[in-house]
Amino acid sequence: MTTTFGLDTFGDVTHDAEGRPLTHAQTIRNLVEQGVLADQVGLDFFGIGEHHTPDMPLSAADVVLAAIAARTSRIHLGSAVTVLSSDDPVRVFQRFSTLNAVSDGRAEIILGRGSSVDSFPLFGYDLADYEDLFEEKTHLFAEILKGGPVTWQGKTRASLHEQDVVPFTEPFPTWIGVGGSPQSVVRAASYGFSLMLAIIGGHPSRFAPFSELYLHALEKFGHAPLPIGIHSPGHVAPTDEQAQEEFWPHYLDVISRLGRTRGFATPTPASYAHEVGPHGALFVGSPETVAEKMARTMKTLRASRFHLKYGIGGLSHESLTRTIELYGTEVVPRVRELLG
Amino acid sequence: MRIAVLGAGHVGPVLARLALAAGYPVAVAGSGDPARIAMITEFLAPGAVALAAADAVADADLVVLAIPWHRFGTLEPGMFAGKVVIDAMNHWPPAAEPLGTSEEVAARLVGAHVVKTLNHVAYQDMEPPDGRAIGLAGDSPAALDAVSEFLSRIGFEPVPVGPLTAGRLLEPGSPVFGVDAGRPDFEKLAKEMS
Repeated sequence: MTTTFGLDTFGDVTHDAEGRPLTHAQTIRNLVEQGVLADQVGLDFFGIGEHHTPDMPLSAADVVLAAIAARTSRIHLGSAVTVLSSDDPVRVFQRFSTLNAVSDGRAEIILGRGSSVDSFPLFGYDLADYEDLFEEKTHLFAEILKGGPVTWQGKTRASLHEQDVVPFTEPFPTWIGVGGSPQSVVRAASYGFSLMLAIIGGHPSRFAPFSELYLHALEKFGHAPLPIGIHSPGHVAPTDEQAQEEFWPHYLDVISRLGRTRGFATPTPASYAHEVGPHGALFVGSPETVAEKMARTMKTLRASRFHLKYGIGGLSHESLTRTIELYGTEVVPRVRELLG
Repeated sequence: MRIAVLGAGHVGPVLARLALAAGYPVAVAGSGDPARIAMITEFLAPGAVALAAADAVADADLVVLAIPWHRFGTLEPGMFAGKVVIDAMNHWPPAAEPLGTSEEVAARLVGAHVVKTLNHVAYQDMEPPDGRAIGLAGDSPAALDAVSEFLSRIGFEPVPVGPLTAGRLLEPGSPVFGVDAGRPDFEKLAKEMS
């Protein structure tokens, strides 16, 4: 399977050189520039994860992706993830099929159940229903993707009877983002969707049984082999020391704040050292360090796609553009070399 | 000792793997038909048997509740009478509830010997256990002994923190929640809170 490399971002608010937060509008304009740069340095994919908080104001990522599409011609553009549980599958399809048209067939979508749960109260959903919501809405989305008039019945939205859902475009790759739910792995395989493993903590190799489960399930459901991808956070700088020093204060800040609502422990220098080390999930370091870790992880998990989730909140736009440049021009070529 | 793990989500297969590695016979149950989780069990906890919850619990000496808290109300309470039951659940999202989960579990599962434990470690941090300290709270000395032995054999360092009401010390928002600590640090944190 062809090996491909991308960047994911949650569109965290970037800071200026003095450490002051930029406006949401400027953050979003910078994000367009970052997507254009990702294309220029030869990357295969640029993805934006839906969030609805003042720290991560990317609630309408598909609009930003369309802006990037208008200024690029090669890179694929997608979500990372679309929180399908709290959205309408019809509208999600319409937006991404439109993006597919605008970009001349470069749209991809990664569907998620939502580990980031800010969209549930916003749109009036009960978090206790999130498994059922995702199950039912994934089914509807798969029905719409088949093309042609859709007939569907469920509990989470109005029924559809012989309904056209437009625009019709060429099929676009659909993934399911999985954080640790085995049911989501089986679900991805049953629909013939690709598997994106979100690895944000702990030893990446613990996901190896998920890859085996997925490949076995694909076969059992009668689908041809499909790519497995990895999404992991990181930051690249000329040296390991520089990358680790730049990333740490923002990682500490973001994880401590998220931890209060999501139950993460506050990072310590020791836990950070473990995560950036060979057995952790942070891809923070020099191009060589990050490339070696990526190649090793991709081999272990039989993955053909890697998305570096760059741009933790509080870093500057300049620091992010340097990560993008180093990732595209040094890290990815080195990973390709290591993978042979 | 036979183990039943209820839950085939994030946490259940991890605990099943650890128990199998320690030599325990393990059954895993999801909600409904065991065929739905047969493939998950085969790949994520090879050696475990996928059973319906009632069958898994009937055969087990120790039952681990690794299901989302909002599903707890769907369990048939009668089948747990006389069993040692580990409550590894948490209120989610963290809520200002009047009772810790385990007090509610004990109140509903009449006749079960409930021990609160394994809820304060993220699933991705359970493998390898590496002697990480795990708090446990319960009212039955025999159940606490059985669970302590289980935790030790699968690779954790069990640290009793008190009766079942003290299980609140292990819940989200507590200084030990999600924290990787050895026994001395954990005991110190637990002492400061109580």
